[in-house]
Amino acid sequence: MLKFTFLRSLAVAALAAAGLALAPLPASAEVESKDPIKLTLHDWTGQLITTRIMGEVLKQAGYNVEYVQADYIAQFAGLESGDLHIAMEMWETTGKDAMEASLQTGKTVDLGETGMDAKEEWWYPTYMKEKCPGLPNWEALKDEKCAEAFSTAETAPKGRYLGGPVTWGGFDDERVEALDLPFEVIHAGTDAALFAELESAYQRKAPIMLWVYAPHWAVAKYEGEWVEFPEYTDACYKDPAWGGNPDMAYDCGKPFGWIKKVGWKGGEDKWPGAYKAIRNFTIKNDEMSQLIVNVDLDGQKLEDVVAAWVKANADRWKAWLN
Amino acid sequence: MSVSSPSLPKPEGKRRAGPRWTHWHAIWVAAVLAFVLLWLFGKPFAGWAFKYPRGEQLPFRRLIGEFMKWLVDEASFGLFSFTELTRFIAAVIDFPYRIALSLLSTGFLQGQGSDAVQILPPVSWIAVIAMFTMLGFYAGGRRLALVVGLCFGFLALFGQWNNAMITLASILIAVPLGVVGGLVLGIAGYRWPMFAVFLKPVLDLMQTVPVFAYLVPILFLFGFGPTAAVVATIIYALPPMTRISMLALGQVPGEVHDLGRMVGCTSRQMTWRVLVPSAMHGLMVGVNQVIMLALNMVIIASMIGAGGLGFEVLAALRRLDIGKGLEAGLAIVALAIALDRLSQALARRAQKHEHKTAANAGFVARNPYTSASVALIVFTGIVGLAIPALQTYPEAWQVSTGTFWGEVVRWINVNFFDQLEAVKNALLLNVMIPFKRFLLGLPWLGVTGLLLLTGYSLGGLRLGLLVATLAYLIAATGQWEKAMITVYLCGISVILACILGFPIAILTAERARLWNWVQVIIDTLQTLPSFVYLMPAVMLFRVGDFTATIAVVAYAVAPAIRYTAHGLRHVDPQLIEAGTAAGCTPWQLLTKIKLKLALPEIILGINQTIMLALSMLVITALVGTRDLGQEVYIALTKADTGRGLVAGISVAFIAIIADRLISAGADRLRARLGLKH
Repeated sequence: MLKFTFLRSLAVAALAAAGLALAPLPASAEVESKDPIKLTLHDWTGQLITTRIMGEVLKQAGYNVEYVQADYIAQFAGLESGDLHIAMEMWETTGKDAMEASLQTGKTVDLGETGMDAKEEWWYPTYMKEKCPGLPNWEALKDEKCAEAFSTAETAPKGRYLGGPVTWGGFDDERVEALDLPFEVIHAGTDAALFAELESAYQRKAPIMLWVYAPHWAVAKYEGEWVEFPEYTDACYKDPAWGGNPDMAYDCGKPFGWIKKVGWKGGEDKWPGAYKAIRNFTIKNDEMSQLIVNVDLDGQKLEDVVAAWVKANADRWKAWLN
Repeated sequence: MSVSSPSLPKPEGKRRAGPRWTHWHAIWVAAVLAFVLLWLFGKPFAGWAFKYPRGEQLPFRRLIGEFMKWLVDEASFGLFSFTELTRFIAAVIDFPYRIALSLLSTGFLQGQGSDAVQILPPVSWIAVIAMFTMLGFYAGGRRLALVVGLCFGFLALFGQWNNAMITLASILIAVPLGVVGGLVLGIAGYRWPMFAVFLKPVLDLMQTVPVFAYLVPILFLFGFGPTAAVVATIIYALPPMTRISMLALGQVPGEVHDLGRMVGCTSRQMTWRVLVPSAMHGLMVGVNQVIMLALNMVIIASMIGAGGLGFEVLAALRRLDIGKGLEAGLAIVALAIALDRLSQALARRAQKHEHKTAANAGFVARNPYTSASVALIVFTGIVGLAIPALQTYPEAWQVSTGTFWGEVVRWINVNFFDQLEAVKNALLLNVMIPFKRFLLGLPWLGVTGLLLLTGYSLGGLRLGLLVATLAYLIAATGQWEKAMITVYLCGISVILACILGFPIAILTAERARLWNWVQVIIDTLQTLPSFVYLMPAVMLFRVGDFTATIAVVAYAVAPAIRYTAHGLRHVDPQLIEAGTAAGCTPWQLLTKIKLKLALPEIILGINQTIMLALSMLVITALVGTRDLGQEVYIALTKADTGRGLVAGISVAFIAIIADRLISAGADRLRARLGLKH
């Protein structure tokens, strides 16, 4: 008997290998198509959690799900051609240009916000308050002594602010000018480099001022605060007259950025139910931060954290499906 | 990486009789004088010579963007579109890839996605290690078996097995395709010289345009996934195979040709039965290069859906998990070393042609290795159903360096940061920044003019016109400033790499044991993804040009060492004997004889150092430089193919200018030293 099943498996394998796709197994629930919905995985934990939660929910609904590793920006080529189907986290700061270019082709579709707000702002470790007691109020940075505390040989006497990669935008060069801050903006090339500098400075309790965003593990790992700039309004970015500097825009803090879901347009007709559930997906910042901490700092397995969430929140995701 | 590979024949220039020197001196003095005058005083009345006027820029960026769009969306051959053709090619590549992946990693599946059911497990880890070890034993004896076994054991022990097998699957597809494709192009280039003329610049572009520049079109054409990654890998890894095939076929002795004709070979038999086997030794060098370069692409391949070790490296470093990133990076090195040593040993063995076993023995006796492998696969596969540890390496047996490496970096950081910072600042403020300012202040017109003259005096009018045109095109597409930053970063790095590399090579070249160690280190530096040491470098030196320079030097120092040592070891022993007999001190022996005779190799090494430095540009963009690499990277995130390709091609132009000038210079030098045949 054993021998028989083994031989049969061998034959099936040979057939499968020969590219003869066999009929899929009978579906566990009624869904529009049993073709796998391909969700993209990137290289940061929050996105992996969001995507896996969505994937597990779709599986519960009977859909066939496949996870594909893909680059955050390069994935649009796949989403447009239908090689990939769903990207769960597209951040306003980092992905807006690529996303808008892609939406314009009409081959991808905006699936709405995730409910998370990306908080992005100038950030410093708490120990810097000793040297700069006026913080977190931004006006403390105008003090030359305070700025010098943040300086390095290259920027002295100006303070050094490590901004995000050039591609993230963020108008920090403009902000420094508009608010007349004695700081120089240095751009990190990648996210990883940004946090490598933070880790290094934090180990030495050395001065650092940099762009930090949340949800991210860094906010949980390091003690620190965001600088409080004048609160963002649309007018601040568009109207020079607004705010403390009558001649320049950008004399305020950064807006909260959206984090959106994007999908292949063709999927709308193929898996309408799944697309509806994806549109309904929402999760809060705090909730996500806790999940990230569970994985990155407490060392739990990502799959376990996601499974626990799915188990604990059955009511919520069942509502997404209907 | 090599624009012109190790021992390519330089174009056998029909050099005109050398111009008279007095005449040339005068021209040079006049040219340099004009250049300096323009540089110092030209700005007020000839600003256009410094900053190329925006209105006059050539619209290549838009044209290339539109062309790529047309190619992807509309190009058609009547019956089928260009995209359909490339998708068909992708499907052809995808088929063997799926089989390799199933065998090594996923097992054979029925159905797709989360519905898939495994119907046959993958080859067990024990069987894979045993097979490669036996292959090592077959090809190179006990020693090689040990090396290969240790390399694969490392993958299992450090918990990289599954990722490594995914990477290995794509390498096993990309390398044979690269080798066969490269060989076919090489044969074509050898048989039709006209084709070779066309081929050479194409190969240059394939190797020097950063992958990010054409990543998006590739993804559209070949689909998002491992297949596109394989295609990108082949584009990057194939050129050395073609170059070396052309070279090796060209070097087959005339007697062999005569023999082939005497026995009445057809032209096909001549190629495949006579020439290719005779050139086998050279061809295997090409195979080795393809393997190395393919493993270099692992990181980028992982970004477009190939997954595997590259992805592990990226994800670990985003968490700043230095230890995990290093382990995954070393797993790539282990694969590279195992595959490289295996391919070299197989080539040596193939040349010996041993057939000891009698033909009438049984199948098992004739094929002991194959039989043992099949037996092992079946045995571990079946027993593995009952004892999972035989099928999948158990997690409990894995080891990890854990936080050790993180702690090492932390220790250095906490205790030595100030000293490192002082060294960095000294170098940055006194050397790097002044050099950068100097280069950025030069007028493009003057530089182009000087290049024209240099090219003309080294290799004639054609070379002069070529390099000047390329330089002009960089300026005319608005890339001048970024190109100068590129030249500055690469220039500094190349100089540092030479300062470091030459003494190492001189000290170790003739000490075999020491040299073996140096070789392991430079092999590691070349295959270890630079991302692994880039993040610790950022922690110790902050983002910026200095960190970028460290990364570039670490990667580009290898050829400076390798070629110099190669040159020193191949100096004619008779000449050294003569020197010793004439009473030379060791220092005189080195400076007056060895270094002089090794000069052509050393120059080739510098050439390769430049090429490798340029190929690191995309990586340095990740630590915040403002060069052409950054431009390519920005274009990628803005989905602007035209912008990316223009910047990418500018990188290639810089590479071509450097390569052609250095080759021409080396040629002259060889002629002057009487080394030219």
